[in-house]
Amino acid sequence: MSDDLRAAVAAGALGSEDSYRALLQSIVEVARAIFGARASSVFLFDEPSDELVFEAVAGEGAGDLVGQRFPSSTGIAGWVLVTRQPLVVEELENDPRFAREAAESTGFVPKGIMAVPLLYEDNALGVLEVLDRPANAAFSLAEMELLGLFANEAAIALDLLQKARAARAVLESEGGEAEAVARFVSLLADAEPERKDAALRLLRALEQLLQER
Amino acid sequence: MTQQEPAREHAESLPAWSLAAGGGDQISIGDKWPERVTREWAWGGSTGKGVRVCILDSGVEAGHPLVGDIDRAVAFNRVGDDDEIELVEDTEGDLCGHGTACAGIVRALAPDCTLISARVLGAGFKGSGPVLLGGLRWAVEQGFDVINMSLSTTKRQFAGLLHELADSAYFRNTVLVASAHNMPVESYPWRFSSVISVGSHEEPEPDTFFYNPAPPVEFFARGVGVEIAWLGGGKILSTGNSFATPHMSGICALIMSKHPELTPFQLKNVLYLTANNVGGGR
Repeated sequence: MSDDLRAAVAAGALGSEDSYRALLQSIVEVARAIFGARASSVFLFDEPSDELVFEAVAGEGAGDLVGQRFPSSTGIAGWVLVTRQPLVVEELENDPRFAREAAESTGFVPKGIMAVPLLYEDNALGVLEVLDRPANAAFSLAEMELLGLFANEAAIALDLLQKARAARAVLESEGGEAEAVARFVSLLADAEPERKDAALRLLRALEQLLQER
Repeated sequence: MTQQEPAREHAESLPAWSLAAGGGDQISIGDKWPERVTREWAWGGSTGKGVRVCILDSGVEAGHPLVGDIDRAVAFNRVGDDDEIELVEDTEGDLCGHGTACAGIVRALAPDCTLISARVLGAGFKGSGPVLLGGLRWAVEQGFDVINMSLSTTKRQFAGLLHELADSAYFRNTVLVASAHNMPVESYPWRFSSVISVGSHEEPEPDTFFYNPAPPVEFFARGVGVEIAWLGGGKILSTGNSFATPHMSGICALIMSKHPELTPFQLKNVLYLTANNVGGGR
């Protein structure tokens, strides 16, 4: 692949990755603001390592937590991921074990957590959490529904982010399928008209061959 | 021996596929079904004694003050990277607390029921579909009276097998009580008509439940601000359909203890007739 072409395609993949990260960040910031909460986070489920990873954080912990990992079936986020059920837990500060573990991993002890799974098509992509909504208001199912709406947005953003990362990984791997296609496009662009026609005819034949199963 | 078994023996002596002339008398249930089904008839005086409730979840912390004794605890693990599943006696209890919370709610409603823990969650997320299927298959084969499933899977590849298992449970007089969820994605098994699917309401009474005339969620039970068992013997406040589901499981246990002859179809009828928005609140 020509350096120019590689740079152009990579810029596209990388650019979209940055945009999706920004979108996720915006979702947690809006969720935190709407609920009047102390913090909000999105966790990505990293399937190869079977871990949950902080992908975006607003409020308390923003800046430090992104990239931190923990096993996929632990903590409130783990409950939500494995059961696929949204969950609210309150009065967490009364549990010394939870308080210690939370303080060690995130630097502060939340009083309450709302957590919802991020489901897209038939995959569980991660978890959205909102920490410490105002304690003076009784929790309502309407809040759970609202969190569900944010979760849909976050799930789509997370899906796009993962696809952009996968695209970049393919581009970065030398000798990959995408690289071969890109190299072909590059050669075609520089070819003499006659050779270009022949190549396109061959390409159409190849296309037909692949379509016939 | 459970109270369910005599009813099953009785059922086995009945005609299964067709009914000869005059056979209607043979299957008459008129003397067992009252003119008006009330809560008093359905579960008045019942403690859940003799009913076996399986908590298919993350394990159960035995001896927790809100749970008490459990009869048996097993765990299902994936063997290697395949879909092969092994059953082992569970000595680890509850790895995350979700199953203990569900068990505590069932125990609060049906204090004398027998609890069995089948751990299908908690050993990592990978392979969770086959582990869930393996655990459910075992629970159905054991003939438990009630299986509480405060969980679901979104994997379509498991939907067919789950559906078969849910139907199999239904015809074997095992009631499957499953958490619905309020998000616009397909998940299973709560969407199947052979299970009792449960969403949450905001009322504080543990025995308040409503029939939903707009399924697939069939019943709403208490699921907001519930005091649940928390690991290490503690308690905590929590909200979610995960906790509405064991409320319905507990009520089912009470009814089945008093009326072991009921099939899941009949049990659903009793639940309908005693729901707060039908006849139970009056």
